[in-house]
Amino acid sequence: MARMKFLCDADRCIECNACVTACKNEHEVPWGINRRRVVTIDDGKPGERSVSMACMHCTDAPCAAVCPVNCFYTTADGVVLHSKDLCIGCGYCFYACPFGAPQYPKIGNFGSRGKMDKCTYCAGGPEADGSKEEYEKYGANRLAEGKLPLCAEMCSTKSLLAGDGEIIAQIYKERVMKRGYGSGAWGWKTAYRETIES
Amino acid sequence: MACETRNYLEEFMVSSARSIYLAVGALAFLLILTASAPSVAQQDRINPTASSVREQQLLQEFDRIQGRVSIPDQRSSVLMQPAGREWREFRTVALRWVGGIAIVGMLAVLVIFYLTRGMVRLESGRSGRTIVRFTAFERFVHWMTATCFIVLAVSGLNITFGRPLLLPLIGHGAFSEWSQWAKYAHNYLSFPFTIGVVLIFLMWIAGNIPNKVDVDWLKRGGGIVGHDHPPSYRFNAGQKAIYWIVVIGGGLVAATGYELMFPFYLSGIEGMQLAQMVHAIVAVLFVAVMLAHIYIGTIGMEGAFEAMGSGTVDVNWAREHHSLWLEEENARAEANARPGPAVTAAE
Repeated sequence: MARMKFLCDADRCIECNACVTACKNEHEVPWGINRRRVVTIDDGKPGERSVSMACMHCTDAPCAAVCPVNCFYTTADGVVLHSKDLCIGCGYCFYACPFGAPQYPKIGNFGSRGKMDKCTYCAGGPEADGSKEEYEKYGANRLAEGKLPLCAEMCSTKSLLAGDGEIIAQIYKERVMKRGYGSGAWGWKTAYRETIES
Repeated sequence: MACETRNYLEEFMVSSARSIYLAVGALAFLLILTASAPSVAQQDRINPTASSVREQQLLQEFDRIQGRVSIPDQRSSVLMQPAGREWREFRTVALRWVGGIAIVGMLAVLVIFYLTRGMVRLESGRSGRTIVRFTAFERFVHWMTATCFIVLAVSGLNITFGRPLLLPLIGHGAFSEWSQWAKYAHNYLSFPFTIGVVLIFLMWIAGNIPNKVDVDWLKRGGGIVGHDHPPSYRFNAGQKAIYWIVVIGGGLVAATGYELMFPFYLSGIEGMQLAQMVHAIVAVLFVAVMLAHIYIGTIGMEGAFEAMGSGTVDVNWAREHHSLWLEEENARAEANARPGPAVTAAE
């Protein structure tokens, strides 16, 4: 089985936000929630970089470790998913996540947050693959159809890579070797405790 | 036509030979140039990352990376904050140890104490006469706060200890259902609890300022270990400690709890991590202290529970545990309703 990861080649990201839009549309993500976003660091200054960020599907995921009801699970592909039926909306995963991935629909005040929502790596949830219930809670399950996450698939500059960690790391390494530079695989050290030598 | 063509061809060959000489010359010149100044040529090669922002450097400098986003949710502009890792260690390891030791340790101490010392008896027996210790309003506030506290404590401990202890016993579905209701109870009952803490602070502040009598009381161990009865006003040093723990601890859990209940109103994630740590540590210690409070108010001391139950205590109980308070009350009663009995007879 593959170990699915995301890799954003920040030297290629042009902050077009197509990944953000694709994600919102593909999964009909509720208003106010962004499973993916593009952050521009040092905007307007020399050396600025844009990074497309979502749930990184961490190795030994902190969200899963701190969840009081243990609603997270890791698929055979290394994708970190959760059950909205078990989630109590306590907000703990959101304190623990290094990437700001977990979000809550604002269905009421006084801490009665709705069920947590985050990137599913286009892999749905615990319901039957491609079922109506799965789509309503988690969005499309492209992985079950043999497709990769849409954000990366439609990235115009192929900055955002999704796929087996070793393969996308190899692609990135080759790019860096060929063009002679690379600002590194953002978030990899935090998420996977490894970096890609460049 | 053929002759003309040949002329053109000859001309072309001559001119191209010239240009080849020129090109070779230029190339040689360039070669000499590059050979003499290799550093200049290397600098011309583009490396856009030479001056670009770097992840590890930014993380070392600020402990988190923030930028700009073009979506409306400006809070998502924080790209990375690995500090959650320390918070995770606190939650999954440190807090469970601190809470476990504090609560199980306190229970163990209380059991051992009960087995060795037993219930603190009324040494002079019951007089049959009672005196009002807590008014109906005081008892209402106490029990409102106490009820909320127990629900808050159980639902809070569930968040920390439920997953390892209760979840394996009742299964995922039932545990999530219970935890969901516990979370609602925790959130909503925080409001009457906070009101209770504020009222406790206001209505009992007068009797809870530490004074010299407390020093003597503490030196004599509160009379708990032996069979001593050090004098005390309305509240002894132990009760004053409970009072200040409730006021300060309750204030802290309320403040940090509301910070967590209303995310981003007061702080970002790092502030909420800190708030959760303060909330949880104060709460588990609070629970441990309250176990001792419940013990001494029920099976730990004869005649103590009725103070908060019916609101009246036996005069002998008051004499043994709050002698100076009884004198004060008697003096006041005499001043108010002279001539008359100092204390009312029990019905």
